[in-house]
Formats: sequence, structure tokens, C-alpha cells
Amino acid sequence: MKTLLDTKQLEITLQRLAHQLVENHLKFNDTVIIGIQPRGVWLSDRISGMVKAITGQKELLYGKLDITFYRDDVHKQGQEMNTPTETNINFSIENKNVVLIDDVLHTGRTIRSAMDALIDYGRPRSVELMVLIDRRLTRELPIQPDYVGQTVDSSTTQKVKVYWKEKDKKDEVVLIDQK
Amino acid sequence: MSLSVKHLLGIKELQKEDIQTIFKTADNFKQVLQRQIKKVPVLRDTTVANIFFENSTRTRISFELAEKRLSADVVNFSASGSSVSKGETLIDTVNNILAMKVDMVVMRHSASGAPWFLANHIDASIINAGDGINEHPTQALLDAYSIREKHGNLKGKRIAIIGDIMHSRVALSNIYCLGKLGAEVMVAGPPTLIPKNIEKLGVKVEYDVKKALQWAEVANVLRIQLERQHKPLFSTLREYALYYGINKSMLEGLKKEVTIMHPGPINRGVEINSDVADSKQSIILDQVENGVAIRMAVIYLLSGKKEME
Repeated sequence: MKTLLDTKQLEITLQRLAHQLVENHLKFNDTVIIGIQPRGVWLSDRISGMVKAITGQKELLYGKLDITFYRDDVHKQGQEMNTPTETNINFSIENKNVVLIDDVLHTGRTIRSAMDALIDYGRPRSVELMVLIDRRLTRELPIQPDYVGQTVDSSTTQKVKVYWKEKDKKDEVVLIDQK
Repeated sequence: MSLSVKHLLGIKELQKEDIQTIFKTADNFKQVLQRQIKKVPVLRDTTVANIFFENSTRTRISFELAEKRLSADVVNFSASGSSVSKGETLIDTVNNILAMKVDMVVMRHSASGAPWFLANHIDASIINAGDGINEHPTQALLDAYSIREKHGNLKGKRIAIIGDIMHSRVALSNIYCLGKLGAEVMVAGPPTLIPKNIEKLGVKVEYDVKKALQWAEVANVLRIQLERQHKPLFSTLREYALYYGINKSMLEGLKKEVTIMHPGPINRGVEINSDVADSKQSIILDQVENGVAIRMAVIYLLSGKKEME
């Protein structure tokens, strides 16, 4: 097991990501943040909070998207049916700049599903992708992030685990070797 | 998490956790149904046959919409106009449909137990859309889901089921479903329409509808099923309406609000008056709306079972 980001490094990385987002979107008038359920929302909760602190805005259009019904492995042999988590998008994404947020970008299949799901809510002007960890060597689809916390060279036998204070009692990102 | 069953034959065989998984999944589908694009691509690889040996409006349309909004392919079959009238057996009929690469069967049949019989003879998952006077599981699920939506957790809630208990599959499925979720259930109606020993299912029995309404937070009013009554069980519909029908002045006399439900079709002026059915405390049309989300959840959760066998 190897630590990729400890508590302090994670805090600095999150601050940088939030600042990069503000740098590109300034006022957030036409920009909305969408966290991907279930694990991406821990990151999007933090980022949206930081963006509000930086811009001094009280309101920020922020939603959560469940992608269960858009996955490409619903009926894969031997797999249990996934029970969905909540989708909560209380605003129109029509003509908005959408920033999709997930914790780890691995094969790219989740993001493919998320884009399909997103488009069923309306036609955004643009879609960007923010991830905390980009596992750049294990991609299976042509998908690249726009905002990256840390790029990691890992193989499919390894696993990246992100711990959040809110649910795991600590902030940390680790790389685990699986047998 | 998957369901503990391969088929949805009756509520009797479900675990409490199954019901909760169905509700949680339906919450998500309900949200999908409020979008402009009311459709998800999840069951593109699945074909469902709706096989109805008995008449239906709501249930059949509700199942068909649920299937289409999951992107499944749908074939509809009704007994009238089919080869059933030429003497084809149930198993032959269904096996011929399945030979055309159908993955799931939704069946309504006038014979109690028909879906269990079929489940023993075919591989596909079966959803019971009502069998005789036995069970109508998706109706009970959507009823309980609608109560949960209006009143929250069902534990300890007082629900009265009023009317033709004897011939109602909705009543039996509701009794099982509400019981598993921890609600208190009372059945009320004329003694001739309440089966003997029904107390053994853990329900209270009341023959005075007004007393039942006084006790209840929710009243699920059932239709008088004349088509299943082969001998006279009450003298006239007018007399039934007079003693057991629910009207506005009766509800106003209670000095409290009772939520009114009805699985449809309504015989207006018999078991329920229009001034009640169309009132603010009625959630009859919410039940219909929730039916699609509940059926989407059931079909989705069972669709994973075909390759696991």
C-alpha cells in the first residue's frame, strides 16, 4: 500500500482544483457542478463548498447524478443488480457549462455513462470533467479529464482508494496492490 | 443489491428487505418519470411479454409504460382473439412466446395460483399481475409506496381495507405487504364478504365501516367484484352503498382526515361516492402514477435473474 495524498496534500490539491475551476468560470453564472454518485459526491461537496468560499457566492447550482441505469454492464454475467442512489438536479442544465466531478478516473466507463445520463436532463453548452485521481494507463474509452488532482501510473491489478473525513474519519488517498 | 426471489409471484414470498429495495429503486424511477425524457436505456437487451388472460386497463398500461420507459421491447398478448380459444394450454402458449426470445413474462390469470404453476415449468422470470382471488403483488407494493409517500414510515400506521375482501387479490397482497412493513391492518365490510378466520393473518375485523374509518389513518376502499360472486352475498348494490359505501358526510362526521385510496376501477356511488373519490384527501391518482415507478423497479430488479440461473 502506498499513500498518494495525505491529509495535508489532499487539502492543498482540493484548494488548487477549486481555484482552477474559479479561474476558468469566474462568476459561475452559467456554470453548474454535478457530482457523480456515489463516491464522486464527497469530492463535489468539498469543491462546491470551496468555490462558494472563494467567490463569496451564496448560491451555486450543484447537483448529484446517479448513473445506475446508464451503465454498460447491467446484465454482465454473475453480477448483482445495482440499487440506485439519489439523483438530485433541481435546475435546468440547458445551455449551461457543466462540470462533472468524480473521485477516480480509471477505465472511463463511468464517465461515458454519466454523459449519457446528463444529456437526458437537457443539452448543456459544454461538459468538463474534474477528477481527484487520473489513472491514465488503464483507460478503455477515449475520455480525458480537464482538471486533475494527481496523475497516477497504475495497473488494473491495483486499486485506488479515497478516504473522506465525513465518512471514513480521515482524508487520504492510497494505492493498494491486489493479488 | 438484488431481490431474494427470481419471480414476483406474491408478496407472501418477499422479505421485508426486498420491499425496501423495490421502494428505494422506485424513488429513483419516480424522479426519472418527472423529467422531460422519461426513459432510461437500462433494459435495451430485454424483451418482456405481457400475457393477460383477464381484462385490465390500469395494470396493463402501467406495465407496458414501465417496460417502455426502461427501453425493453414489449409484446402484448390477450386471451381473447388468441389460440387459447382453439384449446392451447397455458404452458404451450407461454413456451411458444418464450421461443421467440422473450426474457420475462408479466401474467394476469383468472385462476388463483396460475403464476406459481407456470414458474415450475418455464425458465423466464414471471411477474404476477393478478391471479384470481389470490395475489396482486405490484398493486400492494404501489399502495404501500403511496402511503409511505404521504405518511412516511409504515411502521405502526393504521390502515383499513374496506369492501369485498373475499374476492379481492388486492386485499390479500396488501395484508401481507403492510404486515411485513409493520403497519396495523383492519379489514371491514359486510360479514358475507369477509373470509372466515382472516384474523389468523394478523388483521383486525370490523363490520361497521364508520368504526373502521374512525380507527384508521388510511382507508383502502375496494371494488365489489360482481364478476367473481357466483351467489348473492348482499341484496342490492343500493343497499350496499347505503350501509358500506363511503361518502363525504360520513368522513366529515369523523372530525379527522383519513387518506382515501382505491385500486380502481371505481364503481362510483357504490363502494365510494364521487365527492370522496375526487376530494383532496384521496390519493387515488397518485397510486396510479406511482404504479409505473414501482413496476419499473420490479422489472429492473428481476431482469438480472435470467443469466444467474
